[in-house]
Amino acid sequence: MLDSTFFIEKGIIILVVFAVTMLFAMYSTWAERKVAAFLQDRVGPNRAGFGGLLQPLADGLKLFSKEEFFPNTPNRFLFIVGPAIAMSTALMTSAVLPWGDKLVIFGKEVILQATDIDVALLYVFGVISVGVYGIMIGGWASNNKFSLMGAVRASSQMISYEVAMGLSIIALLMMTGTLSLKEISMQQSEWRWNVLYQPVSFLIFLICAFAETNRTPFDLAECESELIGGYHTEYSSMKMGFYLFAEYANMFISSAILAILFFGGYNYPGMQWMTENVGVNAANVLGIIALLIKICCFIFFYMWVRWTIPRFRYDQLMNLGWRILIPLAIINIMITGVCILAFK
Amino acid sequence: MSTSIQNISLSGRKKEVSNKEMTFMESLYLVAIVKGLMITIKHFFRKKVTIHYPEQTREMSPVYRGRHMLKRDEQGRENCTACGLCALSCPAEAITMKAAERKKGEEHLYREEKYAEIYEINMLRCIFCGLCEEACPKDAIYLTVSKELVPANYDREDFIFGKDKLVMPLEMAIANSKSVN
Repeated sequence: MLDSTFFIEKGIIILVVFAVTMLFAMYSTWAERKVAAFLQDRVGPNRAGFGGLLQPLADGLKLFSKEEFFPNTPNRFLFIVGPAIAMSTALMTSAVLPWGDKLVIFGKEVILQATDIDVALLYVFGVISVGVYGIMIGGWASNNKFSLMGAVRASSQMISYEVAMGLSIIALLMMTGTLSLKEISMQQSEWRWNVLYQPVSFLIFLICAFAETNRTPFDLAECESELIGGYHTEYSSMKMGFYLFAEYANMFISSAILAILFFGGYNYPGMQWMTENVGVNAANVLGIIALLIKICCFIFFYMWVRWTIPRFRYDQLMNLGWRILIPLAIINIMITGVCILAFK
Repeated sequence: MSTSIQNISLSGRKKEVSNKEMTFMESLYLVAIVKGLMITIKHFFRKKVTIHYPEQTREMSPVYRGRHMLKRDEQGRENCTACGLCALSCPAEAITMKAAERKKGEEHLYREEKYAEIYEINMLRCIFCGLCEEACPKDAIYLTVSKELVPANYDREDFIFGKDKLVMPLEMAIANSKSVN
């Protein structure tokens, strides 16, 4: 029976998840600049607000007040649709992520997840592969060779790394036996984190996540030195802002997926003890915090890598994807299969 | 001992470039990436070299030529007599002035009978060569005292500095006379 409290509950969760994703995306831009500065012995933005904390607001305001520019293109509609797709796909993924086990509010159990579908992982992959359309359409509609080049690079890169990503996950699925992210998180309670059983799978997934989010060292889609801005060369104002924002939202989401799949999600050592002795709510609030900390660590790792490694050459990128990661993932699947047969 | 030109390394850091094939481990890039990450994280915790400019200023060398200052003597009187030698020596023609005669009762303001009523330097023209300082017979104009940069501004007119900005502040002259005594 669908009652109104159900809608209110889900509505609040969706709203909170949306707000948190946006907040993280916003402050990722600040963190990116701070981390970049610190890694380069500088101090970074520190004028707008304490420690430059108001910088994202200033940046947003700037982007809003910029001129809305349209290139001379026959595809004005597609030109607008591009950033919209990029943004919505970036946000859609968060619908299936479990942020915690459950809270008990007014004697009612609230599951901390927008929706717990049993094919959550497939859904995530589906949405991620739609994400390439945002870049492709934007680059195509710009009517600009640099944009098109960036878009073509981005799409071929994302498509080829999706293969390795999928294969790396298969090994994990053979172990967990479920596609539901909620169940995968629950299986990893206390210290049984998947990364301890599937380190190779994690490594492949991590590398592919870098490629999927178009982050350095795989940011060939927007390499400034060769393609000006890549697929968003012709974009200005908030449409540009959407592309940039979508990248950071993607980073947040993929960090969350990495944390949930391999680093125990909301689990932390001693969660069982907390639930029994202190209470379900306290244990789960701590769980949410634990998940957010894990996500922050991954976001920091993304930035750390960005300011360490130079961009891969295109042939190196394709070599790494097709000739190293995919065979490695297949070998990993075989070894996992043998181990499962041997130990069960 | 035969030291051919190929073996000399003045910096002591000479390295031969090799184009050998990468081994399998190297072609995974993992070791190199981890090494690189370790280097950057070290920098993350290192002391930052940034000088927060308006709040902190870099220590300037004693001969640093910043914006000009028209000096006062120990009693707070302006040294400049508007002789025009600085304007004459200026290769960029940045200096202009108008002389005036000292009236009775102004002896505490100007050291000699003649003084500069208007003294202007166009900071956009000035090349900070210091020739005006060298030309000045009265020790009136100095570039090495203020240790300040000319601040940025929006209008060209704002870069023409008059006596209000150029003359040494009275407090500074008083402080100087105290240190002399």
